[in-house]
Amino acid sequence: MLANQIGHYSLILGLLISILLCGVSIKDFNNTNKQINQNILSLSFLQLVFVIVSFLSLIISFINSDFSNETVFNNSHTTKPLFYKISGTWGNHEGSLLLWLLVLTLFIFLFLIKSREQPKKYRILTLLFQQIIIIGFFLFVLMTSNPFNYLFPIPSEGLGLNPILQDPALAIHPPILYLGYVGTSIIFSSSLAAVAQNYVNKEWGKHIKKWVLVSWIFLTIGIMLGSIWAYYELGWGGFWFWDPVENVSLMPWLTLTALLHCIVVLERRAALTSWVIILSITTFTLSMCGTFLVRSGILNSVHTFANDPARGIFILIFLFALIVLSVGIFFIFHKENNKSSNDFFWLSRETSILINNWFMMYFLSVVLIGTVYPIFLDVISSEKISVGPPFYQKLIVPFLIPFLLFMSLGPRLKWIKSKIENKNSLIITFVISVILTFLIIKNLTTDLLFYTILISAAFFLFFTTLKELFIKKFNNISQTISHFGFSLLILSILFNSILSSEIITNIKIGERYDYNKGEIFFKNIEERKESNFKSIIASFEIKNKNGKTIELNPEIRIYNQPVIITSEADIKTTLLEDKFLVMNLVKGNEYFNIRYQIKPFMVWIWISVLLLSLGGLMSLFKRKI
Amino acid sequence: MYGKKVKLRLVFLALILASVILTVFLVLQSLKDNVVYFQSPSEIKSLIELNKKKIRVGGMVKEQSIFINSDKVNFIITDFKNEINVVYSGAVPNLFAEGKGVVAEGFLKDKNYFTATKILAKHDENYMPPEVKEAIGDN
Repeated sequence: MLANQIGHYSLILGLLISILLCGVSIKDFNNTNKQINQNILSLSFLQLVFVIVSFLSLIISFINSDFSNETVFNNSHTTKPLFYKISGTWGNHEGSLLLWLLVLTLFIFLFLIKSREQPKKYRILTLLFQQIIIIGFFLFVLMTSNPFNYLFPIPSEGLGLNPILQDPALAIHPPILYLGYVGTSIIFSSSLAAVAQNYVNKEWGKHIKKWVLVSWIFLTIGIMLGSIWAYYELGWGGFWFWDPVENVSLMPWLTLTALLHCIVVLERRAALTSWVIILSITTFTLSMCGTFLVRSGILNSVHTFANDPARGIFILIFLFALIVLSVGIFFIFHKENNKSSNDFFWLSRETSILINNWFMMYFLSVVLIGTVYPIFLDVISSEKISVGPPFYQKLIVPFLIPFLLFMSLGPRLKWIKSKIENKNSLIITFVISVILTFLIIKNLTTDLLFYTILISAAFFLFFTTLKELFIKKFNNISQTISHFGFSLLILSILFNSILSSEIITNIKIGERYDYNKGEIFFKNIEERKESNFKSIIASFEIKNKNGKTIELNPEIRIYNQPVIITSEADIKTTLLEDKFLVMNLVKGNEYFNIRYQIKPFMVWIWISVLLLSLGGLMSLFKRKI
Repeated sequence: MYGKKVKLRLVFLALILASVILTVFLVLQSLKDNVVYFQSPSEIKSLIELNKKKIRVGGMVKEQSIFINSDKVNFIITDFKNEINVVYSGAVPNLFAEGKGVVAEGFLKDKNYFTATKILAKHDENYMPPEVKEAIGDN
């Protein structure tokens, strides 16, 4: 109760501080002092504190199961384990927006501390732009999605959290994803400030690169956590479904990755300035669009929370205003500042980065159209369609071939004007990749030619980066590790999809099911009662051709509140493959529906994403080491 | 005749334009082949000719219509005006149950029989796919 009040008023105070901050900043803007007014820093800190207090209050309400709070009532239950009471704070619309605010205020405060070397006017302008976003979100939270709404009479029990959200990976997924997602706001604000101050140059590139890296690392890991969750919790046995909500997080990742590469060009050669700004604006806009699509309920997806048109309209108007503002600033203030920057030789590092960007933009267009087209068609013709994985695969997979080849060659090129060195060694590596691929996959797939080319390209990148890691002295180890991680990712995904096998059948207790490679024996089931769910644990014995048996224990959980049945897959992970068994109950039937899958190299998909992010992390700390 | 800078810009512009045209072409081409349309049982009944392409059918699973044997799941999807028999062999989602909303993806055998290749149910029992909601109207 008290926590509720504190939380609510903290939010209002935070909003007031925003307005105060804007006032103080504007006043300080033309002041001749070299450093910014100390009050600005204090106010920004205070704002962060108020948002933290508000966030903590909500957590406390959740821990205490304070059902006088509407958000807690809608999303919690007394029998829920403590860990999920806490993670339930951001596992809903209102709480996740509070998390947005928290990240927004945290990042601007960190920015102010970390940018002391930068010009004062640029810092103040960044703060102002960030405050515009912050004010927008404060208003959004307070007007349409207040997490501290009162309920009276106070219910004695809550409605509970959707059990599929009660999972460790998904508990930490939103905060990490948001650090990346919302982190792009600082890139947006700072690039607008840089444009207005005509400060888009090498120094700015060097300084903003860190922020791009931070967002990129969190976004990458956040997306991965979501995939891991989808893999074991949804029981579909895959990790990427081209679900609209997944796409929504992939889109800013693509532009952010493009931006990361361009920033390097800006940092070295002061070129591509307009493009860097456009990418910065686009990335944040895509993050906002994602929020709009997910929160407005326009998207039809497994992830969408309860929705409300008023929220959608608010974000849409706000988004529109931000786009108008940023495009306006870009056209009014932006000047191409350097004519030498336009000298591009066809064979150089810059060109290779431009090619990288071309691919990123292409992938982005495919994902964007695939995600938005069904909505568009529904509005204009009320025809309902869905765009499934084949659409994306057909348009993206073939383009991975040149993409991987350019990725192997690009980093070996020099700036400005280059020639390809060590041609022979590259050719040898390439030939080895092709032969190796052919030998490995000749019996595996019918589409031999296509997969040979595709996997060879991935192996080529794999070997060239691996060689660099072992033989060469490290001139750019972070980049090599990231690229190596990417080649490993593509290889694991490809082999995973070629070699996966599955058996789906309906089976009774005590029955045996023979398949061409072994036998599945459904031994028995055991019922157990936990505090907030009842579980049915099955035990299956799976025998392969050589007579080796393993036991798998998938589980069906029937949650009390809300009454939801979930399946918990049992997964045995080894370095070579995952054995995945999930069981489903069909009410009123003695048959259980089971799905047994062998998924090779699954763990390598996660490891390679970690390597990819590790590269980013090393780049972030490079100068300090 | 023109400066190097102008020439370079023209090359860039041409490349960008070509890429955009290529992308749009590829996307439209692929959309044509890979889009799955959604139809309700009533819409299927009123079809004049059968489409051989993959479609989605949505509605409610009719009460007491699920029959399971060792390799198949049979059930009926209804929109309370018309219904269609579904034959399916594959994994069923957790929330697949009688009296609940369902979307089945697959191929029409004729106007009364549908062979499903995938069953989609959402992960919240209060949630009903908008298509299904529309298909069964207000009742």
